[in-house]
Parts: sequence; structure tokens; C-alpha cells
Amino acid sequence: MTKRYLDYLDQLEAEAIHIMREVAGQFEKPALLFSGGKDSITLVRLAQKAFRPGKFPFPLVHIDTGHNFPEAIRYRDELAERLGEKLIVRHVEDTIKRKNLSEPKGRYASRNALQTHTLLETIEEFGFDACIGGARRDEEKARAKERIFSVRDEFGQWDPKRQRPELWNIYNGRITKGENVRAFPISNWTELDVWNYIKREEIALPNIYYTHERECLVRDGKLMAWSDFIYQEPDDVVVTKQVRFRTVGDMTCTAAVESIAFDIDGVIAEILESKISERGATRIDDKLSETAMEDRKKGGYF
Amino acid sequence: MDILRFITAGSVDDGKSTLIGRLLYDTKQIFADQLEAIESSGRVNEDGQVDLSLLTDGLKAEREQGITIDVAYKYFSTEKRKFIIADAPGHIQYTRNMVTGASNSNLSIILVDARKGVQEQTRRHSIISSLLGIPHLVICINKMDLVGYDEQVYNQIVEDYKQFATKLNAKDVTFIPVSALKGDNIVEGSLLTMPWYKGPSLLEHLEQVPVSQDFNLDNARFPVQYVIRPLTAEHHDYRGYAGKVISGTYKAGDQVTVQPSGQTTTIKSVKLGGKILEEAFAPMSVVLQLQDEVDISRGDVIVKAADGLEVAQEFEAEVCWMHNKALKPGAKLLLRHNSTETRCVVRSIDYKIDINTLDHLEDVDQIQLNDICRVQIKTAAPLLLDKYADNRSNGGFILMDETSFATVGAGMVAEIEY
Repeated sequence: MTKRYLDYLDQLEAEAIHIMREVAGQFEKPALLFSGGKDSITLVRLAQKAFRPGKFPFPLVHIDTGHNFPEAIRYRDELAERLGEKLIVRHVEDTIKRKNLSEPKGRYASRNALQTHTLLETIEEFGFDACIGGARRDEEKARAKERIFSVRDEFGQWDPKRQRPELWNIYNGRITKGENVRAFPISNWTELDVWNYIKREEIALPNIYYTHERECLVRDGKLMAWSDFIYQEPDDVVVTKQVRFRTVGDMTCTAAVESIAFDIDGVIAEILESKISERGATRIDDKLSETAMEDRKKGGYF
Repeated sequence: MDILRFITAGSVDDGKSTLIGRLLYDTKQIFADQLEAIESSGRVNEDGQVDLSLLTDGLKAEREQGITIDVAYKYFSTEKRKFIIADAPGHIQYTRNMVTGASNSNLSIILVDARKGVQEQTRRHSIISSLLGIPHLVICINKMDLVGYDEQVYNQIVEDYKQFATKLNAKDVTFIPVSALKGDNIVEGSLLTMPWYKGPSLLEHLEQVPVSQDFNLDNARFPVQYVIRPLTAEHHDYRGYAGKVISGTYKAGDQVTVQPSGQTTTIKSVKLGGKILEEAFAPMSVVLQLQDEVDISRGDVIVKAADGLEVAQEFEAEVCWMHNKALKPGAKLLLRHNSTETRCVVRSIDYKIDINTLDHLEDVDQIQLNDICRVQIKTAAPLLLDKYADNRSNGGFILMDETSFATVGAGMVAEIEY
């Protein structure tokens, strides 16, 4: 008899594909939120496995803060082109102008929180009833408690007390008008699982995930990529370092880590040795308060 | 490397949070920034060490109310396995959460305070684990440091538990004396403190317990989730049936029947990511192509023709009620079973299960939040069901409110009427 043994990456992949197909099967107008980061790049590979040779039953949607890494944007456009899938981009800049929103100012200024406005507008514009995202439960304690199918009200708000119990592999995506669902196929993956999957699948990533020379500001002990968008103070020191990014988000709130990893094996080795969590190392927005993520989610964030 | 999904049930008093914290800490899964956040909170235990229970501390909303709302998922891995912990609160009013966490677990860790022995909560957690068909139970007799690491105390608790466990259909029960606080028998052994204990530490046990045979490979069930129809020049007539092998195995050449229509055909190919597989087995997600053009849509189930399976509309089930508004006989609900959704009516309540004793309580006229009852259900559409005890992945279903669509109940098929 053949030995029937499914490796952990195969099990995680099978679960994620199942979740994506449930989204496709249960919703009228789903979308896949694509940021150009490694988690959403992983989602795209999983969608290929779930739906090829057919087309994706959803467009890729990117909420662009205008402060993204140019490498990630280029990667995004090339990927959508190569896959022949529809890409929808909406800009935080436009929302700010149209709604006359005030831009956050000062040392920790970031458009990260404003993304929520643009996301909710985009959901309304296209009538999306489900948005697939690449959030993982190992990232943060609020995420650790969120469902794989997370029902949000028309303001996109997450209410931890009203969550639906989620049993077996049965996902309840029934919603009333105005509600929508955020679906998280890689909920049960860790940062290392994602990297091991990218390695196994030989997925090309934007080169900022690997070591490169970059001018950085040193802020609160973190290395922030120097750019026109970042708030500067007179005594800021700009240093040139060999760095890579562990997460690729908005440039104003995503920090780099010093690295000599020029390939995926190097990255995996560095993660195994790392003593600081992914969000702890790289996210300025989570550090602002202990419940930053919980509060953002309740406000409609991912 | 494979995956073990396990549940830990209990309250802070049992040392559950300390135990999880210890597992994460001693397997070096705690990052410096997370530890720093705990240290800065200023809470330490009597040894002046960091209070590991804080590693599992929850949301602001929970702290404000001094309760645990929900199941939290945690992850760690060793060279042998990836572990997914469903951390469920243990109070009686949270049966709902424990049932939820248990539904996807292969193993249940039940904590017993060595000073108190087998308690009502121990029995309750064991019974829920058993009702949810968790194949492996680990009884951690905790706080051994507070009873002087006394072998007699341990033996007495093991004896008491075994006597109680004759009621359960637990296939595999393991006992481990531990001190989560001191780290005895969690990751490392206990040679110095409990030389009389010869078994593995908790982590060693978690790494070894065989889980691959927990997947049912005998009863082939493939619920179709989505039909792939590219309609391109290249794939003009292509129809691929996308789904997950929830149990059993499938390969090209297998004679299959599509339920509920009953049409029979042969599997042409089994693919994953465009690559042909010799065989697909649970829990793989694949695409099946069939020899003949048959009418198949989402919710249909592809099974082996030789199994001669039938669909049913009436069955008995154990239902755990998860909503504040009680369920009364005659209530109409939506039922979701794998990829199928149908209306159903709960025709009658046979009895309520006392989750502290497993006794049956008759004359029950409604099912309250956190009750588990045996009920009779009739569905509007025929379903391809298995008894939960025979096939966990095809015997569970959820009940949804018809207007709010909230998930209000979880059910396990007990008897099927054809």
C-alpha cells in the first residue's frame, strides 16, 4: 500500500485552497486584496491552484496609499499582466481629496489607517460581498481570535463579541445586505510557513525582500526607508545599510531589518535566528498602543 | 513534518495559560518583543519569573470584562511537527467555545489540579472532547510541585480518572504528571523531581502521537465546491470539479456516483495545480475530471459507485446550541453540511445530555445556550450523510438562523433514516 502522508505545507495549502473555493462558491462578488507583499503573493499562487485552468472568480484589488515601495507596485502590475487577471487599483490620495480628510501629521504619520476609508469605498463602488486577505493569526493577538470567514457590518467593523462560531471545515458566509465578509485562507500559516511555501513553489518576490543597500532613517531603533514621504526631523540621521524587508506595506510604517540574505534560504535562516516577531520588528503602527490592531480592526481595517 | 491540531481546555486557575506559555517559551517560540511587552506589564509570579500565563492574554474587550470571549489560535513548531493550539476558555457557559475548538482538533489536553483531583470541569472537558470525536486525550496532572511531586497523589488521580473514563469512547488516553509553572515534564523531563515517572514529557508525547491515521481513508467523499469552466478556445469543453477529498481516496479509473442525482461515471483525471496525481486522499484539495458529461453543481457529492450510498432527509443528531434564544421543537433553520445548504426543521428533542455525567435528561422542551441535546431533524433537500462516529468530516453540520444567518448550533449525525 502506498504511504498516504501529507506534509504540513500540503495540508496548509489544501486548507487554503478549500477556503478560496468556498469564497468562490458562496459569494456573488468576491475580490482578492492584493498588496504586493509576500502574503498576498502567496494567495495568488493558491488561487492559481484552486481555479486553473479557469480564470480567477475575482479581481485583484489594491488599495494604494501612494507611499508604497515602487518595487512592489512594479511587481503587482507585472504579475497581473502575466496572469491575465483583472487588477483594480484605488488610491488613498483620491479619497483624501474627495472627502477632504486630514492627513496624519508628525513623527508617526502614516496613511495606513486611511486605507480603511478607501477600502470601504471600493467595497461599496463594486459591491464586493467578500474580500480575501492574507492576514495570519500568528501576527497579532487580535488576529489570533478572528474567524477565517469574518463578518463585517457596513462600516467594515469587526465585533469580537458577535463572531460566529466556526466549526470543522464549514464556513458560514451568509450575510444580510450591507454586510460583507473578510476571508483569510492563510489564517493558520506562520511567517515561516509562508517563506517555506514560497521556497517550495519557487515564487519570485519583489527584490526588496532580499538584502540590498538602502538609505535609512534610524527611528526608535528601527530602520525606516528614506523617502520623500517620511516625516523628517532636523536631527534625523540617514545611514546606508544592507537591509531587507520582512513585511512590505506602506513605506511610512514599514521598517527594514539589517540582513545579508540574498536568497530565500538566507531569509529562512535569518527568521529562524530572529528574536523579534515579524510585526514587532517591522511595524510602527502596532507599537503606538497595546491594542492598536484590535482597535483598527473594529474600525474596519483588515 | 506534519500537523497536530490540539485543544487546551481549562481556566486560568488550572494553570492552562501557564502551560501554553511554557510550551511556547521552552520551544523558543516567544519573541523578545512579546516577552518585553509582558515584562513591562510588571506581572511576575512568586519566583520573580515572568508570568507565562500573560503570553495568552487576550483582547482589550476581554480584559475589560474579565472574561475570555473566544477561542484563540496559537502556533509553534519543532523539527518534528507543526502545532496548532485552539485555546478555549473552560467555564461552563463557554461549552460553545470548547465545542468550536474541539471540532478541528485531533488531541485534547485536559488539566487536572493535583491538589483537587478529578473535578466536574475535568469530566465536562473530557465528555465534550469525546462527543466531538477527538481521538487522543492527554490528562495533564498539573501543579505536582504543590503536592511534593508525590507519586501516590498522581496514581490516585489516574485511578479516579480511569474509572470515570469507562463511560467515554476515548480511544487513546495518556496521563502525564507536570508542573507548568516549574517546567517539569512540559518540554524537558522530570528526572530530578519525579524520578518515578518513566513516560514522555508533554512535548515528546505531542511530537510522537500518531495522527496520520486520524484521517478517514476508507469512506470516499468529495463534496463539489466549485465547477471550473474556462470556456476558452484552448479548454472549450473543459469541466473540472473542484473540491476537497474530505475522506477516502480517489484515482483515475474509479467508478463514481454523483449524489443526490445518482448518475454514475468514471474519473478521467485527478489534478492539483495542473499536475496529474496518481491518487488523491484526505485532506487534499484537488480537481476531478469525469469521463462523461454529467450535470454536477456545487453541493453535489462524488462518491464511489461500489459503496452503494444513499442520500437521506431525516436523521438524529446531537446538537450543541450556541445562541441566547432557545431552540424549540418545530423551529425552522438553515443547515449547512460541507458545501450543501438546505432548510431544515427540528422535529423533536429526545433528551438533553448532562455534560458533567453523560446522563440523559428526558422531558426537555427547549434547548438553551450551551446545551447539548439529541434531536430529530428533517431537511428540505436530501443529504449524503455519515454518522459522526464513523466519519468525522462528513458527519458534522452547522445550523444558521433563517433571517440573521448567525451560526446558532453545531450538530453531529447520530442515526440516519433512509
